[in-house]
Amino acid sequence: MSAADVPHIPAHAHGDANLHPPPIHWSSRISHLIVGIFLFIGSEIMLFGSFFTVYFFDRVVNPNTTQWPPEGFIRPWYIALINTCILVTSSFTVHWATTSIKRGNRTGLQCGLALTFLLGLTFLLTQVVEYHRIGFNTSDGAFPSTFFGLTGLHGFHVFVGLMILLVMTVRSFRGHFSPEEHHGIEVGGIYWHFVDVMWIVVYVTVYVL
Amino acid sequence: MRNPFRTEADAFRFVWLTIIYFALIVIGSVINTWLGLGVFIGETAILIWWIVTRGLREQTEPEAMPGHEDDDHRILVVANETVGGEELLDELKRRAEGVRAQVFVVSPALNSKLRHWVSDEDQARLDAQSRLDESLATMRAAGIEARGQIGDSDPLQAIEDGIRIFAPDELVISTHPEGRSNWLERGIVDATRGRFACPVTHVVVDLPLDERSATTA
Repeated sequence: MSAADVPHIPAHAHGDANLHPPPIHWSSRISHLIVGIFLFIGSEIMLFGSFFTVYFFDRVVNPNTTQWPPEGFIRPWYIALINTCILVTSSFTVHWATTSIKRGNRTGLQCGLALTFLLGLTFLLTQVVEYHRIGFNTSDGAFPSTFFGLTGLHGFHVFVGLMILLVMTVRSFRGHFSPEEHHGIEVGGIYWHFVDVMWIVVYVTVYVL
Repeated sequence: MRNPFRTEADAFRFVWLTIIYFALIVIGSVINTWLGLGVFIGETAILIWWIVTRGLREQTEPEAMPGHEDDDHRILVVANETVGGEELLDELKRRAEGVRAQVFVVSPALNSKLRHWVSDEDQARLDAQSRLDESLATMRAAGIEARGQIGDSDPLQAIEDGIRIFAPDELVISTHPEGRSNWLERGIVDATRGRFACPVTHVVVDLPLDERSATTA
């Protein structure tokens, strides 16, 4: 059959009228503008979960592991504790920024976001210095591999969070956002809190216990 | 199911909970490894208990109803198989007498648990839509101006969604008689009264035998 023999079928005959998204469903009681970030965080938790699985397999199941961390490795828990305090403080500042814009306080929003960005940057730079001085590398065994894997994965998330914070901060200084319209702040804040929570889990399991 | 994470403030509270949760484990572990394990198990058990009983606690605190700007009397009807029943129509006619009434019908897409969990809801929604269309036509023929939509398979959730959309002044729940009603067996009417600060009227519709189906609401 040549192309000329193929009958022309109008687009609507294929049922294109049904190719629209389903109507908004409120059963989750979450605004449809917010639900996306929670789904994304759900996928992120699974990603971190896979890294934690590797870590705990090496630590608990591996028959060659007799002590943790293996002999010759020292975890810099004190520097990481300071970093933890920095990151937890940044959760306060981003929450301050969010509550400020809800009350129409633009200065609070700008200060909160700028402080959060600076604290996040400090955390990341401290981690870089920690990596530089830690005294072992990924090629030195399973412990360093899982250590750098987990902390590095988290560090990457901090970097992504910083990019989001940078956009939020620039937008706030350009007069964006209002008490009624601050979706960009809400979503960025939720992501930053997720990064904070993940660090607390990483810190406790990798550095302390 | 209610999602506890809806805003940035919820996420911030979760940061606090995480800090407290892990701080107690670390303190326990520093004293003794087994104590740390005990703290972990204890905290996790409390957390699970809190999550499981949260739904029950929420039912005892009625939610305030949203307001609406017009003066119409808004009636939210929740019914499925009984949605076209005579008793329900009579009740609605009685309530619409002498006032400007708006009726909004929510017809939950009742489904089996298995089909719900595998997201096989298409047929349930089609059936609910068909019943809703028929009942809306019957109501309009009886002089009641009504509109409606399909609701969640969980009737309580469907009611909550209906309240958010319609902001009613009162609720009318229609069920089969005691003994044949799945909703009455599950205590849906009482749960609705406990959960929403809104007058709730329960209408029992005794459908003729040939109009009943396997799913009873």
